[in-house]
Amino acid sequence: MTIRSIAPKSVAIVGAAETTKLGVIPDMSQIQLHADAALNAMADAGLKPSDIDGIATAGETPVTLAHYLGITPNWVDGTAVGGCSFMIHVRHATAAIASGLCKTVLITHGESGCSGIGRTRNVPPPSSLSGQFEAPFGPMGPPTLFTMPVLRYMKTYGVTEEQLAMVAVVQREWASRNPRATYKDPITVDDVLGSRMIAYPFRLLLCCLVTDGGGALILTAADRAKDFPTKPVYILGTGESVETPMVSQMEDFTSSRAFRVSGANAFASSGIAHKDVDHLMIYDAFAHLPLFGLEDLGFLPRGEAASFIAGRNTAPGGKLPLNTNGGGLSYMHSGMYGMYALQESVRQMRGIAPAQIPGAKISVCHGVGGMFAASGTVIMSNEAP
Amino acid sequence: MAEPKRARPEPTPETLHYWEGTRQGELRLQRCDDCAKSYFPPRPFCPNCGSRRVSVFTASGKGRLFSYVIHHRPVPGFTPPYAIAVVELEEGPRLMTNITGCPQTPEALQLDMALEVAFEKLDDEITLPLFQPVKG
Repeated sequence: MTIRSIAPKSVAIVGAAETTKLGVIPDMSQIQLHADAALNAMADAGLKPSDIDGIATAGETPVTLAHYLGITPNWVDGTAVGGCSFMIHVRHATAAIASGLCKTVLITHGESGCSGIGRTRNVPPPSSLSGQFEAPFGPMGPPTLFTMPVLRYMKTYGVTEEQLAMVAVVQREWASRNPRATYKDPITVDDVLGSRMIAYPFRLLLCCLVTDGGGALILTAADRAKDFPTKPVYILGTGESVETPMVSQMEDFTSSRAFRVSGANAFASSGIAHKDVDHLMIYDAFAHLPLFGLEDLGFLPRGEAASFIAGRNTAPGGKLPLNTNGGGLSYMHSGMYGMYALQESVRQMRGIAPAQIPGAKISVCHGVGGMFAASGTVIMSNEAP
Repeated sequence: MAEPKRARPEPTPETLHYWEGTRQGELRLQRCDDCAKSYFPPRPFCPNCGSRRVSVFTASGKGRLFSYVIHHRPVPGFTPPYAIAVVELEEGPRLMTNITGCPQTPEALQLDMALEVAFEKLDDEITLPLFQPVKG
């Protein structure tokens, strides 16, 4: 399959910010978390709402966002396929800007995941396919659904619980370098395997946090990017795909089709090779996601990711720095984590991350939505075209 | 106060044959008359080739334990810990279910163990297909 792609470095990220606070924010509703992040990103880029002519968001509708922020858009995107919606927004915005549909796009995320203030809910009705063919068997959200393929993956490749625990241990090492991380104290494999059982084989420390927060990005054409106050971060390549709303219907329990399609298109459109990648973010709502991501993006042969991570190749000082903010397991996770992964990739490309990778030039940021339902991938560079 | 029950499926026109089947003690799948693919969940066309020429048939009710989690937190209608499982049927399709008739432990629940359907009546309209280990 060949698809036409936007020329690399046609579009750049010129504004990026998270909400002023992350963690528990009981004095802010969901829409205000969007706005707080958006205002911070506009300040970062030196822009006002009247300078924005395209908006994309998930959780809230683009209508609500446009009204709340006082924006009159020429272009809107309300793609809402879970936590990778923002990677997909970057892809759509890149295409829209490159084709002249709009000039300056604001992408926002905000979620009162912990405090639940002004939260929108999206529960499938009992007549939906998942309502008929999954809900009656007692799943309770992502800890019981996202984890469903893992025993099959572990048996297929001989992965141990100790290796899975190392994903959380290594990411906590990255989090310990990040003052904004929710959890910073080091943990051991024993700590992980001794933590409370949630849904076997998943214990508490193999599951993401639940916090409040938000983030926003601003994109514009690369030829305008040098006029902004911060170092531009260029979009090299992107990908997106979806598979199924029911994890029980995944084609392959050891690999995500959406990951493979999204990743392959991102790499093909970017023109880079895996060896060119300096920094990697893989959305980690649960500890197995970096394993699927490393393999499905083509960094490793199938079945080798667990020993790769346990061998400290993705840890501080390792050859492939992964989830350098601490990830959804230790940094923060409001529910749709993809925006925070994008923010860390931007920080690494700007050279301002708390755990900065020296000399990093290319970052790959890979997201998941739902329970392997959707995927989006963005590859960025800090080198001008 | 009545005991809280598990989430109740609400059939649609496209899935009614499936729920009529479970009520009668049959696990009904569909098969494409053009490409011969057996599929689930129900829909009046083939998800493999797009043909509308499809037939309903009664599956053997046999399969193997494909994957699962053992949930340790309370959910209405369930007593933790309880397994939420995916069974791969002999005919190919996989479906989510619960495993009855055996301890809800990793030791008792071995991947690839042989399972057979065990229908559990929820109410007069809805019967759920659960699975149990094949005896002997």
